[in-house]
Amino acid sequence: MRLWLVFKILLHPLRAAQDRIDAWVMARVKRQPGPIDIGRKRVYILPTRFGYGFALLAFVMLLGAMNYSNSMAFMLTFLLAGIGLINMHHTHANLAHLRLQAGTCEPVFAGETAHFQVRVDNPSTAPRYSLALSWPKQDEHAQLGDVSARDSVTLTLSQPASRRGWLRAGVFSLATEYPLGLFHAWTWAELEMSCLVYPRPAPAGPQPPASAGYGGLSSSGRSGQDEFAGLRSYQRGDTLHSIHWKSLPKLRTPMVKQFAETLDQELWLDWSAVSALDTEARLSQLTRWVLDAEAGQRNYGLRLPGQTLAPSHGAAHRFACLKALALFQTPDHDDAA
Amino acid sequence: MNEYLPLLTLWRLLGVLALTMSPHLLRLPVWVSLLITALLSWRALSAYHQWPMPRMPLKVVLTLLAGGGIVAQYGSVSGQQAGTALLCLMAALKLLELKARRDVMVMVFLMYFLLLTHFLVSQEIWTVAFLLICAVAITAILIECQHRGALSPRLTLRKSGIMVAQALPLMIVMFVLFPRIPGPLWGLPADAGAARSGLSDTMSPGDISSLIESDEIAFRVRFDTAPPANSAMYWRGPVLDHFDGRTWENAFPITAAGYEPEIERLGQRVVYEITLEPHRMRWLFGLDLPRRDHLPGDAIMSREAQLMATKSVIERRRYSLVSDTDYRLQPTATERMVRRNLALPAKFNPQTLELGRRWRQSLGNDARIVDAALRMFREQPFVYTLRPPPLGRNSADEFLFTTRRGFCEHYASAFTLLMRAADVPARVVTGYQGGQLNEIGGYYVVRQSDAHAWSEVWLSGRGWVRVDPTAAVAPERIERGIEGSISAGEGLPGYLSNRTRLRFYFEARWDWINARWNAMVLAYGPELQQQFLSRFGLDDLRSMILALTVIVTLAMAAVGLVLLRQSLPAPIRDPALREWRRFTRKLGKLGLVQRTDEGPRDFINRVNELHPDLSERANRILMLYLNNRYLDNRDATVADLRQAVSALRL
Repeated sequence: MRLWLVFKILLHPLRAAQDRIDAWVMARVKRQPGPIDIGRKRVYILPTRFGYGFALLAFVMLLGAMNYSNSMAFMLTFLLAGIGLINMHHTHANLAHLRLQAGTCEPVFAGETAHFQVRVDNPSTAPRYSLALSWPKQDEHAQLGDVSARDSVTLTLSQPASRRGWLRAGVFSLATEYPLGLFHAWTWAELEMSCLVYPRPAPAGPQPPASAGYGGLSSSGRSGQDEFAGLRSYQRGDTLHSIHWKSLPKLRTPMVKQFAETLDQELWLDWSAVSALDTEARLSQLTRWVLDAEAGQRNYGLRLPGQTLAPSHGAAHRFACLKALALFQTPDHDDAA
Repeated sequence: MNEYLPLLTLWRLLGVLALTMSPHLLRLPVWVSLLITALLSWRALSAYHQWPMPRMPLKVVLTLLAGGGIVAQYGSVSGQQAGTALLCLMAALKLLELKARRDVMVMVFLMYFLLLTHFLVSQEIWTVAFLLICAVAITAILIECQHRGALSPRLTLRKSGIMVAQALPLMIVMFVLFPRIPGPLWGLPADAGAARSGLSDTMSPGDISSLIESDEIAFRVRFDTAPPANSAMYWRGPVLDHFDGRTWENAFPITAAGYEPEIERLGQRVVYEITLEPHRMRWLFGLDLPRRDHLPGDAIMSREAQLMATKSVIERRRYSLVSDTDYRLQPTATERMVRRNLALPAKFNPQTLELGRRWRQSLGNDARIVDAALRMFREQPFVYTLRPPPLGRNSADEFLFTTRRGFCEHYASAFTLLMRAADVPARVVTGYQGGQLNEIGGYYVVRQSDAHAWSEVWLSGRGWVRVDPTAAVAPERIERGIEGSISAGEGLPGYLSNRTRLRFYFEARWDWINARWNAMVLAYGPELQQQFLSRFGLDDLRSMILALTVIVTLAMAAVGLVLLRQSLPAPIRDPALREWRRFTRKLGKLGLVQRTDEGPRDFINRVNELHPDLSERANRILMLYLNNRYLDNRDATVADLRQAVSALRL
C-alpha cells in the first residue's frame, strides 16, 4: 500500500500533465448527431498501472537473465516484452473502427437517474470484448459489454437528473483494456443526446381546487368515480390496463372501459390555481396533479401562462402535459426533438 | 473493473499454476510439494463449496511457518533453491487471499516469474516447448480476467496463442540483437545453476558406481589433432592422496606458484576443445596430461597436476587444451612428496599392510611390486561388478581377501593402499575414462557413466606412472567402455542395456542437436553476439541498438497493420443495404441521420417533413430499397437503386 503511495507521488507530475492534455482534448470533442466512427486517430492509448508493473517485471527478469547469463531467461523476458508491445496493438484494434450511435432515452422525473443509451456497432468481422462505456475518468462505474462481428450492443450511461428541462449528455468515453489489461485505450465522443426531465412531483397532498378546476358539465358526485359506464373503441394513447380484454376475442377490435366520472368530468389543472407558491413548486404541484388525474382515468386539461392543453387523457396526453411542465420557461435547446 | 472472480476462471488459474510449478514440484522437498498441492486443492474446493477464506492470524501463522520451514531446510532464504522454494510456497499461500481480479493479475505476474526460475535449473531444448505452452496458458488467464464472466478457453487460448505467435519474431530479434553485457551483475548465490551429479573431491566405496547410473553428460570433446585410442583416454580429475581408512580425499590441493609439478614431454601432442557441463566444483578435466603452458586464462595446475579454475564451474564452459599422452611427471621426488604418498592410517586393514610388507621384502624392486599386484588381480578370481557386496571397517582387507568383487574405486583404493604398504609412493586419481564418438558431430561425449578411478605410483626415474588395476581385472572396460565390461545378468542401468543400432543413431543425432543448442543458443553471450553480428557489419553497440530499434519498429508496424485491417468495417454483403447506407451518408451532410429507433420509412417521412424538396427522390429511393431488400421484385433492380442514389446530389 505504502509502495503504491510512493508511485503515486512519483507519477504526480505526469498525472498533472495528463489531466491538462485530457482537458484540452475534451474541450475539442464535437457534439455530433452520430453515428460517430471511432477512427484510428480518435483512439488514445496509455499503459495502465498493471502495464507499468508488467514493464517492471520484464526489467527485473532482464536483470536476472543478465546476472545468470541464462539464455532461456532472456527468451522469456523478450517474449514477455514482445507480448506487451503486441498487446498495445490488440487493445487499440479492439476499439478502432467501432461506430457509436445515440439510442433512446426515457424521460425521468427530477431527482431520478437519466439513462442514456448508446448503441455500439461493430461493422467489422473481428469480435470486440470488454468495452466500457462511462463518463470521462469514471471507468470504475463503466458498463461493460462485448459486441460480436457485424453486430451491435447497447450500453447505458447514467446520470442523476437534478433539474427539470432538457438534460444534455456530455462527453463520454468508450474504453477498453482487453486483452491483457496492460494498456488503456479510449475515445471521447459526444452524441446529440438529451433526456427530458419532468419536474419533481410534489408529495401527495391537496386536490386540485374544484372551483378553478371544473368546467363545463357539473359533476355527478365523487361516488360515481368508479362507476362503469360502458365501452368505447380504442384510441392511440389508451393505457393497457384500461382495455377490456374480455371482449377482444368477440369483437376483434380492442375496446376501452369507460367510467362515469371520466365521461362527464373535465378537470382543469390551472397554473393560477396554485398561486401561493413559487414557479418550481407550482410546477411540482401541477405535475403531481397530472399524475394523479392520469391514474384516476380522468380527462384533464392543463393551463399554463401562454399555453393551454385541451382536456384529454392517455399516455400521449400525459407526455404532452409533463413535457410542457418540464420545459416551462426554459431556454429551448431541444436538439433531440 | 470487475472485481468478482468466476469459479471457472479460478479453477483455470489453479490449473495453470499447477502446470507452471509442476517441474519444481518434482524437485522441491517433499513437504513443500505436499503443502503446495494441499493449498491448491483447498482453494479449488473452497471456491466450489464457498468455504470462508482463512482469517488474517491463520494466514500470518502459515506464512511464518512456511518461511521457517524453508530456513530449516536450506539454512537461508537467499540461495537459488531456497528462493525458488519460497517463491512457490508464497504463490500457493497467495491463493488464500485470492478473491478479485487484481489478485489474479498479481498471480499472473508471479507465474511469469516462476516460469523464469525454472530455467535456472534446466535449459534443455524441451524447456522451449514448456516456455511456450506456459506462456500461452498464463496469458490466456490474463485475458480471461480482463473480462466480466468466464470466457470460453478456446477463445482465450486462441487469442493468447495468436499473441505469443506474434511476439515470437520480436523475441528472436531481441534475443539476437539486444546488447549483451558480461554477467554477473551482482554475483550469484552459491547454489546457482543446475544441480548435477558428478565427481566429488572425496572417494569412498560406492561413490563412483552410483555415478554410473547417470547418463548425464560430463563434457564433450572435439579433437583438433588425431584422437588417441579409447584405451588411452584418461580424463584427469581430482587427485586424492590422503586416506583415512575408508575415504580418499585431497586435503590440500596446493595451487600456489612455486609448487608446479615438473613435466617432461615425450610424445605427440594432442590438441582438443572441451565443453564442460557445470559441476559446481573448481576443477577442470583434461586428457592425461595437459600442458601447463596452454591452460585457460583462469586455470592453474596444482601440485598433483590437477587443473583448477579460480571459481566453481556453475555455467557450461568451453576451453582448449594441449596434452601429452606420453610424459614424465615429477621425475625427481621431494622428501615431502614421498612422505605424503606413503602415509597410511594405522589400525586399518592389517592383512593388506602385511601383504605389502611381504612383497617389499621378497621382491624389493618397485616395478616388480606393481606387477605382482596386477598379476594378483588378474590371476585370482577377482570380479568387476556394478553391485559389489558392502564392506565393513577394514574395507581393503575384506575386498582383497574375502569378497573379491568390486568396482573401479575398490580396485584403485586397494591397489594404492597395497603400494603404500609396500613402500611405493602411490595415490588415487579420479576422472573419466573413454568417451563415445558422435559420428554426426565428430566429437566425443563423456558421460557420468564413464566416471573412473585409477592409481598413480611414483617410480624412480619415471616419475608418476598411471596404473589402472581395473584394466587388469576387466580389460574390456578400458577398451570398450562400461557397456562391454559388465555381464548382462548384472543388470546394467536401463539406458545402457539393449542399445540397438537404430537407437544408437538417434541418440547420437539427439546429442548432436543438444550440442548445437548449447553452442548456438545457450552459449549466446557477449562474445558470440559480437562474433555473429560482426558478420552483418553490426559490430558496435550503436549499430546493434539501431538495428534492434528499426527491426522491432517494422515488425510492430506489420502486426499493427494486420490488426487494424481486421478491425476495419467489413464490406456490406447486401448490395441494396450498401446503397441505402450510401444514401443515408449523403443525407447526413444535411444533418439528417437515421435514428436507431427509426425504420427506413419513418426516417424518410421525417426527411419529407424537413426537406420537402427532396421528398420525390427520397421516396423513390426508399421504394427501390424496400423492394430490393425485402421483396423479390424483379421490376426494380439494385442497379436502379444505385443509379438513383448516385443521381442524388446534395
